Amino acid sequence: MALLEVNDLTTYYKLKEGTVKACEGVSLHVDKGEALGLVGESASGKTTVALSLMKLIPENASIIGGSIKLDGKELVTATEEEMQKIRWKEISIIFQGAMNALNPVHTVGDQIAEVLKIHEKLTDKEARQRTRDLFEKVEIDPDRVREYPHEFSGGMRQRAMIAMAIACNPKLVIGDEPTTALDVMVQAQVLQLLHHLRQEIDMGLILITHDLSVVGETCDKVAVMYAGRIVELGPTETVFTRPAHPYTRALLAAFPDIEGERTMASSIPGNPPNLLYPPPGCRFHERCSEVIPVCREEQPPTITINDQHYASCHLLSRRVKS
Amino acid sequence: MLQIVNRKDRFILLKKNLASFWGIYRRNTMGIAGLVILVCFALMALIGPYFVTYTSAAEGIEKVLQPPSAEHWLGTDDLGRDVFAGVVIGSRISLVVGLAATVISMVIGAVIGIVSGYYGKTLDALLMRLTDIFLVIPWLPLMLVMAALLGPSLGNIILVIGITGWAGTARIIRSQTLSIKERPYVERARAIGSGDLHIMLHHILPNVFPLIFANTILVAAVAILSETTLSFLGMGDPTSISWGMMLHFAFEMGAVAFGAWWWLIPPGICVVLVVLGFTFIGYALDEVLNPKLRRR
Repeated sequence: MALLEVNDLTTYYKLKEGTVKACEGVSLHVDKGEALGLVGESASGKTTVALSLMKLIPENASIIGGSIKLDGKELVTATEEEMQKIRWKEISIIFQGAMNALNPVHTVGDQIAEVLKIHEKLTDKEARQRTRDLFEKVEIDPDRVREYPHEFSGGMRQRAMIAMAIACNPKLVIGDEPTTALDVMVQAQVLQLLHHLRQEIDMGLILITHDLSVVGETCDKVAVMYAGRIVELGPTETVFTRPAHPYTRALLAAFPDIEGERTMASSIPGNPPNLLYPPPGCRFHERCSEVIPVCREEQPPTITINDQHYASCHLLSRRVKS
Repeated sequence: MLQIVNRKDRFILLKKNLASFWGIYRRNTMGIAGLVILVCFALMALIGPYFVTYTSAAEGIEKVLQPPSAEHWLGTDDLGRDVFAGVVIGSRISLVVGLAATVISMVIGAVIGIVSGYYGKTLDALLMRLTDIFLVIPWLPLMLVMAALLGPSLGNIILVIGITGWAGTARIIRSQTLSIKERPYVERARAIGSGDLHIMLHHILPNVFPLIFANTILVAAVAILSETTLSFLGMGDPTSISWGMMLHFAFEMGAVAFGAWWWLIPPGICVVLVVLGFTFIGYALDEVLNPKLRRR
């Protein structure tokens, strides 16, 4: 049984101007010990998916439909009290921008111990020891538990956030751009650490990023999001070598190839659609170079290319039919 | 919060922080002046009453309403009591009432401010309208009515001053809470499964604490002044001598008509000095805590 099974998840934001359809019909699943990369442009709904999974969406947002099953337990209908127990114990998140996710008035050690205190009901002494162990796991000098966030470097803060995320040995960790704003060396360290920890405690990982090379390095599967929908989902290697959706192809083409010729990376013309008024039909048709008339009218179905590889595109369904 | 840092380390850390704070504060002339004034009055209130006697003179009329002399530094009142001794003993009640009322005000103000800012919506609207009511009602008549209803006792005076002085603090704390609850670390705290109470106590309170602290100083000055006002107007407890009570008796017994300035002026000056002391410290703290105002 899959560790996490998301079916048809739909989350809308209500604004004065109307409804933002930030995430529509998202389906994915993650097995134990498996890493899924969630990629897409800014504002494509990646973070909304992450926050929906933890049910931490802002007040003006709501999950309209779909189901989130974590280890067979339905989260969409779970109450806030139930979620408080599930959060961190079973599913945790490494926040975007570790700089601000630590409270400046408490020591880093205290903030990690806070997690253990809430969920494992440890005594001060046990929590202190566990915090030191966690610091060692993420390769920070345990004596630094007594320092404040401003005394840590950016990479150390990110590692401290990872230590916090794995404090209760969760089944699933969501990394919301855990390596953004870190330099390449530190980024590599953090990714290696995540990979290592994933094997050690057999946790599932959802890595949200807009950096395709990060996904290529760490993830078994990749889901490509565009304008609130998953357009392609499959094993990383397959998606990277034989992309099925025009958007994935364009995204990959926009990435410079280290071995290829020195050409300007191509960009995708146009801008992502305004999710207040998403275009009818396929949401990508305005920018798609292979657009056909039906794209403007009908929502493309999800086509199974081969057992693990799915994409939503009219071109594919046409090919399947013929 | 857990004691990850052991007690010795915390102490060293605290000492370091205090030392750096003192390093900036000591260069502020106004702040030092305020501190000196308050320390003098605090000592006077703490140990002064053990050195003076404040009893009616038994010997006779010649001891009554004496101008200052070597025996009675500030003269005597209508009952032949030493005015200097009165000032010393009165300092204790005046300061205790002022500070106790301040504590009540700050607790109410902080709780209402944090709860209102944190929960928002209907609760916020209700609490803020209540705050507005307390802000716009003229506080002196309100205090007088409440004091008259509750009756003259020390506890009631403290209560009355305490529950009329929190509104401004609540407003300030609420606005800061509104800003802090949107910080990412509060979202993180919610993500790790913390409840509302935990977030308010461990994440919001420590971050609004400097504001509460700075406000305390200014509210204390007002509270002491309020105590004097209430006592002067006869709402105080007549059996406990405070500066306001001394002024009340002096006025009632016609100190002005007798030309007994030594009876009226010393308690008045004491009140002014204490309020000045608090205000000086308030300004100095503002300068120390707000880097924009800090002089180099």
